[in-house]
Amino acid sequence: MTEKKNVSAIQRRLIPSYIFLVIVSFISVFPFFWMITASTNNTVDIARGKIWFGNELAVNFANLTAQQDLWGSLRNSFVYATGQTIVALLICSLAGYGFELYHDGAKDKLFSVLLLAMMVPQVATMIPLFTMISKMGLLNTLWGFMLPVISTPFLIMMFRQNSRSFPVDIMEAARIDGLPEFQIFYKIYMPVMKATYAAAAVITFMNAWNAYMWPKVVLIDPKAQTMPMLIANLANGYAVDYGMLMLGVLFCSIPTMIVFFILQKQFAEGITGAVKG
Amino acid sequence: MNNKKVSVLAKQHRAGWIYLMPATLLLAVMSFWPMVNAFLMSLKTGSSANMQWNNPIINNYLRMQQDKLFIRSIGNTFLYLIIQVPIMLVVAMLLAQLLNNKDLRFKGLFRTCVFLPCATSLVSYSLIFKSMFATNGLINALLVNIGILKEPMNFLGVPSTAKVVIILALLWRWTGYNMVFFLAGLQGIDYGVYEAAKIDGASSWQIFWDITVPLLMPTIVMTGIMSINGTLQLFDESVNLTNGGPANSTITMSHYIYNASFGTGTKNFGYAAAMSFVIFIMVAVLSAISMKAGDKRD
Repeated sequence: MTEKKNVSAIQRRLIPSYIFLVIVSFISVFPFFWMITASTNNTVDIARGKIWFGNELAVNFANLTAQQDLWGSLRNSFVYATGQTIVALLICSLAGYGFELYHDGAKDKLFSVLLLAMMVPQVATMIPLFTMISKMGLLNTLWGFMLPVISTPFLIMMFRQNSRSFPVDIMEAARIDGLPEFQIFYKIYMPVMKATYAAAAVITFMNAWNAYMWPKVVLIDPKAQTMPMLIANLANGYAVDYGMLMLGVLFCSIPTMIVFFILQKQFAEGITGAVKG
Repeated sequence: MNNKKVSVLAKQHRAGWIYLMPATLLLAVMSFWPMVNAFLMSLKTGSSANMQWNNPIINNYLRMQQDKLFIRSIGNTFLYLIIQVPIMLVVAMLLAQLLNNKDLRFKGLFRTCVFLPCATSLVSYSLIFKSMFATNGLINALLVNIGILKEPMNFLGVPSTAKVVIILALLWRWTGYNMVFFLAGLQGIDYGVYEAAKIDGASSWQIFWDITVPLLMPTIVMTGIMSINGTLQLFDESVNLTNGGPANSTITMSHYIYNASFGTGTKNFGYAAAMSFVIFIMVAVLSAISMKAGDKRD
């Protein structure tokens, strides 16, 4: 009885918290909701302030696919984001593994130097990288898209920090059993570090899918364009068709929202990954 | 025996270097070399194939001091920074504090909602905000229906309101992101500390200021520096939400540099590189602080 009373008293004191959280949650979610309903309305209804579902989805879809190569851009985005995720994880986990589990003075110094790359703003390297990538003949290609971003201090640091909890004894045991040095990495390290790989994969995929400035520079051919570039193009006319635009934004957001809802924990870990520990 | 052990160790040591080589080489070629290159370029004038050394050599750096648009882009960027970052961090910390209460119900639901904006790309949310705040958009329709506005207002066509919309959009997109860091930081604090303070008769306000904030200091510093870094490099929002307009009144530094190097007007790689080097200096100074706060190993 008294306990029940206590609980309700505590909950009563939390009422202001609930109100605040409900308001913030509403503000956070509403633009998504509106994006989804707007993609089923035409511009006239949207301008009138309609916030519920309409029945213009098919028309918006027809306009969208007539104006832009939706499937091509979706495919490009998938290929680029998946390619970047696989290669970046491989290269950066290998480096994080080397930096932490084989660490010595020289390697620690090198690591501090590599961290300096975090300071380099994207816009500063954009011009030299564009010149370099175009000389290599990699404009409009997967490699041109991902070469500058597959080795990042953030990911290396994330794997290095998380490798601290890696049980070194297993490595010794494996060596005594005669496992060749390199096989330790993919036979032992990779399976043990699954959680870190998952978090790193989510954050890299999201970043790659959402990238905008560098793709805009390196993917000049409309055939090579990604989803963010496609939706940016949709908004560039004088009279924007908002229903069609929101449908495009919805298509661009579906993959990242699926990843978000299924792997929210990994996503949160991926964001904070390099910092803890 | 001893010899053999040494050679095994040497082999392991070498293997270590092999593992970090690909990443190191890539960073050298894709980050450090371009940075050196950008500096050399900043001393030249012209674009792509026909670039010549400037006379005087620092001409580009002199020029930007007279460049009203560049100065305005710095002003805009810092305006977003000074207004948006403090509000965002305070709200993020408050949200984390509320969500860390063990008596709170529906915690997971609230957290997911507040975190949700991070699932959108920067281009996507810029376009959502652009559509909502358009003259014939939702916000105008609502305000006119309620009677606050007599007729639709062109929010994105007026410099002051356009800046407000950009700041609102940034707040919407990044508050939940930063909340995640604070939540992680708060969960690292032992609950016993609070209990002890409560027994000693501290008010919740005192507990927050005298216990939570000092313990969260590393997180506050880190999120602060990350936000400063991100804001100094603001690009997608400026391009997609307002396209820098009206009349370049909301343009950011990165956006202006992009226009100078890949935009529609006359391209000047040298000048753009010089401007980007200035951003680099700004970011470098602030990142140096963040690294001190972030990597506690040494």
